[in-house]
Amino acid sequence: MGLTVETALLELLLRAFQLIFSMDSEVLDITLLSLKVSGTAVLIGALVGVPIGMVLGLKRFSGKQYLMRFVELTLRSIINTFMGLPPVVVGLAVYLLLAGSGPLGPLGLLYSPTAMIMTQLIMVVPIITGVTMSAVGSVEKAIREKALSLGATDRQAAWTVLSEARMGLLTAIIVAFGAAISEVGGIMITGGNIRWFTRTLTTAIVQEVNLGDFSKAIALGVILLLMAFVINLTLTIIQLRGSKR
Amino acid sequence: MPLIEVQNLCKEYSRRQVLKDITFSVQNGEICVLVGPNGAGKTTLLRILDLLEDPTTGRILFDGKEIDYLSKDKVTLRRRIAMVFQQTVLFNMNVFDNVAYGLTVRDENKRSVEQKVKTALELVQLRNFESKNALTLSGGEAQRVALAQALVTEPELLLLDEPTANLDPKSASVIEETVSRVNREHGTTIVMATHNIFQAKNVTQKVALLIEGRLVDIGRPEEVFERAVMEMSSFARLENIFSGDASVTDEGNSIINVGNDVKIEAASALSGKVTVHVRPEDIILSKRSMSSSARNMFRGSIVEVTDLGSIVKLRIDAGKEFVVQITKRSFVEMKLNLSSKVYLTFKASSVHRV
Repeated sequence: MGLTVETALLELLLRAFQLIFSMDSEVLDITLLSLKVSGTAVLIGALVGVPIGMVLGLKRFSGKQYLMRFVELTLRSIINTFMGLPPVVVGLAVYLLLAGSGPLGPLGLLYSPTAMIMTQLIMVVPIITGVTMSAVGSVEKAIREKALSLGATDRQAAWTVLSEARMGLLTAIIVAFGAAISEVGGIMITGGNIRWFTRTLTTAIVQEVNLGDFSKAIALGVILLLMAFVINLTLTIIQLRGSKR
Repeated sequence: MPLIEVQNLCKEYSRRQVLKDITFSVQNGEICVLVGPNGAGKTTLLRILDLLEDPTTGRILFDGKEIDYLSKDKVTLRRRIAMVFQQTVLFNMNVFDNVAYGLTVRDENKRSVEQKVKTALELVQLRNFESKNALTLSGGEAQRVALAQALVTEPELLLLDEPTANLDPKSASVIEETVSRVNREHGTTIVMATHNIFQAKNVTQKVALLIEGRLVDIGRPEEVFERAVMEMSSFARLENIFSGDASVTDEGNSIINVGNDVKIEAASALSGKVTVHVRPEDIILSKRSMSSSARNMFRGSIVEVTDLGSIVKLRIDAGKEFVVQITKRSFVEMKLNLSSKVYLTFKASSVHRV
């Protein structure tokens, strides 16, 4: 009994690696789409989230500016809450937005890679903003005062703070990409897992498991892991280099 | 002419008074040392002088002009001042760029930046450190870089917040030397917070004693120390200060009876009531009695061990309490621990009158 399970597993793995190394054109298409969707979402997310995170990380309102402090605290809390948004809920919201009867229905974007990018974008912006905010905030006081004390203008000091927080910005990108590439619930709803069009690694894995084709699912899982590893490795190397500059 | 005149300065943080009605002045080219226990307000006073914080009430004149703390343009004035913080902060860049920072923000040309950075690094004895990443330096090296960062901007007023606290003896002495040299050669006015009474005495023209936010005493070091000895020996951080009756020996040395059967020999002829100080670094520690020419030897037991990284600070009860610094390596090699019995040895010439 034990032997048959092991043989079956071995066979599954063997077929999985065959699939990976045969460069199956569908697997390649799926992989590239995953990269494109999550990469684009993170890129746009960084363009939006990094500046917001920087501003929020730099700005400290003093005790007497009650209104501004309230606004700041509210914003921070919103961002922290949204950092943990369930992807399925985001997917649902984007679906309702893009569905035929929804406000953006006429654009006809539902079940397209664009819809998927929109979904992941909504997910990653709070993550990137939040991590950037705390990275900037953690060096803000000491570095700013040091810079000012050495004769920097307010603007030069702010720039120095951001430059010192640069490693934190990379962390933000790493975390956001990790969340995006492994996400399945949101893009399943808004992309629809259409073959050769909106099928990604994660949605394909769900599909193959449902169909009972475990070796294909394993193959796709291995590719997903490898891809995440290579991208993280690259970013980590950049990060280490940067810290030893 | 005074460079700084502090008038009736008060500082409150949410109704807690940190500085209370402080008035004093520092002459151009003078070294003024702020002495006082932790929490006395020394750091706050320095931060206000560096325009990093505003006074609650009172005013400060810099070079005869009142500082406008509400002004949008504090840069112009700040560029005449530099500060070395107690907690060393360096930028995540190499040592050269760190030291050059103050000049870069002033848009100085590349050539003069290179020359000035080189000179500043030589001054703090860190030649050839230019390309090292600042975050990989030891605590002592990092603090010397921080001093170079301040000096390179050629400030008129240099503020130092416990610049040698918890540093290895070599870095501490480099910093002390550099500071007094800069004062001598460039006439830089210096305000320094310190706990090292010896440092205070040797390089200082003026001492201000701060206790609980109040300026208790100010004047020439000898005067202030004499007046405040009782109060100051209660500061945990002013160490190895002993008072007693001295009498001259036949050899021209003197023996000071500081009580509890502890008699300290000093290499100068002292008599009457005196107060003396021994630097922790000057005391040799051993497990056995040493035969040496040093005149002072006491046996005691370790009552407190403080780990300062590469250095270990020991408090030893030998009738009177002594503080000794040794390297962590010898601490481990000598297998020392709390209540270990040890011998303290120091030369008569290491005993300084305060």
